Amino acid sequence: MRSAGVEVEGLVKRFGSFAAVDDVSFAVEPGELFGFLGPNGAGKTTTISILCTLVELTEGTARVAGFDVVHDRSAVRESIGLVFQEVTLDDYLTGAENLRFHAVLYGVPPSEVKDRCRPLLDMVGLTERADQQVRFYSGGMKRRLEIARGLLHEPRVLFLDEPTIGLDPQTRKHIWDYVDTLRAREDTTMFLTTHYMDEAERCDRIAIIDHGQIVAIDTPDALKASIGSDTVTVATSDDAAAAQALAKGFDLAVETTEDGVRFRVPDGEGFVPQMFEHLALGVRSVNVRRPSLDDVFMEYTGHDLRDADAGIADQFKNNAMVRGFRRS
Amino acid sequence: MADAVLPARMPATAPLGVRREGRLIRNVRAVWMVWIRDLIRLKRTPTRIVTGIAQPLLFLFVLGAGLEHLIGSQRAGGVNYQQYLFPGILAMSVLTSALFSSIAIVWDREFGFMREMLVAPVSRSSLVLGKALGGGSVAVVQGIILVIAAPLVGVDVTVGSFFAMLGFLLLLAFALVGFGIVIASRMQRMESFQMVMALVLQPMIFLSGAIFPLVALPQWLGVVTRLNPATYGIDAIRRVLLPHIAPLTILSWTVPLWADALITFAFGALMLALAVRLFATAE
Repeated sequence: MRSAGVEVEGLVKRFGSFAAVDDVSFAVEPGELFGFLGPNGAGKTTTISILCTLVELTEGTARVAGFDVVHDRSAVRESIGLVFQEVTLDDYLTGAENLRFHAVLYGVPPSEVKDRCRPLLDMVGLTERADQQVRFYSGGMKRRLEIARGLLHEPRVLFLDEPTIGLDPQTRKHIWDYVDTLRAREDTTMFLTTHYMDEAERCDRIAIIDHGQIVAIDTPDALKASIGSDTVTVATSDDAAAAQALAKGFDLAVETTEDGVRFRVPDGEGFVPQMFEHLALGVRSVNVRRPSLDDVFMEYTGHDLRDADAGIADQFKNNAMVRGFRRS
Repeated sequence: MADAVLPARMPATAPLGVRREGRLIRNVRAVWMVWIRDLIRLKRTPTRIVTGIAQPLLFLFVLGAGLEHLIGSQRAGGVNYQQYLFPGILAMSVLTSALFSSIAIVWDREFGFMREMLVAPVSRSSLVLGKALGGGSVAVVQGIILVIAAPLVGVDVTVGSFFAMLGFLLLLAFALVGFGIVIASRMQRMESFQMVMALVLQPMIFLSGAIFPLVALPQWLGVVTRLNPATYGIDAIRRVLLPHIAPLTILSWTVPLWADALITFAFGALMLALAVRLFATAE
């Protein structure tokens, strides 16, 4: 008999008359990797802040690791770990000192601090830089240290707010390996926000929040199936004419993009031969794609999963590289 | 409901991998850790100590010497102006650095470290107490360094008066750090913090008797000086270092040293209690 990892019931948070979170309910099972996706400003950060006891809720109830976030704050804080989007390290302390500070505040006995820090520093590849002040670290190193710190006290519920943003694929892989190990060994519940599709794919379940409300919640496969159509992109010698022909001939909602004409049909592979019969234009390429989480996200929020991100150029680059490897 | 029959803290939800300290030990160690962090940071930014000491020395040896010449004949309590000024400068240095130590809180908020502390399972009082000890000890260390200048201006410091002075410096530092944290808890940005601090600090020093005897002020300002909490700490430090100086009076009541201590302590305790409350909503 265990309580759920996270239980949220009728959660509302108002800032003045604006409801940042508007009647949200969901439950995260213990040990689950739960993805919490949404465009910026949709209420993700507010929800996480409430669950972490940083912001007070207006209405409803929320329990984390079985403890009420309003009435049992201290127990909630003991049970959770956080890796924030923004850096929350002390620049003038060394990496090791930052970890020690955290360990002490979370009640790790002094005799165990070093033993606990070592494998984590190894994991994030900072062992050699551990005694250097954090202000001399690169952005990526800071994030890695922050992730190590969030795992240091082996929390029951770990909140990961875009934990790997801007990291190189190698480090991301290391971190996810460690997270998987931790989940397998400790049954840690993970609450993840991300703009990376491959990370969203790892989730047991995903909730999509938009305008303060949950618009979809299910497993990644079920969400993709719920859209139920393939995306076809066809590049021709005259895209404008092709778009017109397809819209008229098949009654499709088409969209002209840089890559060609794009539209959705229930059975993409079956549709392509019909399209060839109908189009009198020179077709340069055809691409048929099964629904991705990106499409799911687009369907429910009208935004692209990656576009909802800060949009820094090298993050896109990283993203493109990372999509190359998936969990085997 | 299931929670009605279950104990509030089920063993299944307790951390499996990590042995944790009890709540009390954890809080005590958190106070110590927040304190040590301030000292480590001070050690790594030594310019802070240099600037913290340079300004009082400038006051003492330049302003003090200049005014000494001007008012040389008017002696209060058998001491010359530099001697009179010395305890005031000492207190001023501690006061300034204690009050400004809370800038670290605004800083921590801007750079996100505040969040790391606020989500930790330790009480707000531990965090505030650690901050107060950190800011206080930095201020007192500066004060102790300044005592070296005492013989140069003809102030005799005995072992007894040194420790009595140290006690009052600690008390003053503790009170002003508390006041500083209260202000810092309400400030979102660095610029506003610095402006408010300058606005608070200067009247507090001018109206405390640190630089000139309060008898020189018009009566209505005299009332303000008695409401200034810094007045009492400064009065005590001066009386400890210069035994023949005229003590602070309120109307015809000569304020005893213990009352100086009590008022400073009460102000500090009030400020720290307020700081704990405000700190909780600092994010």
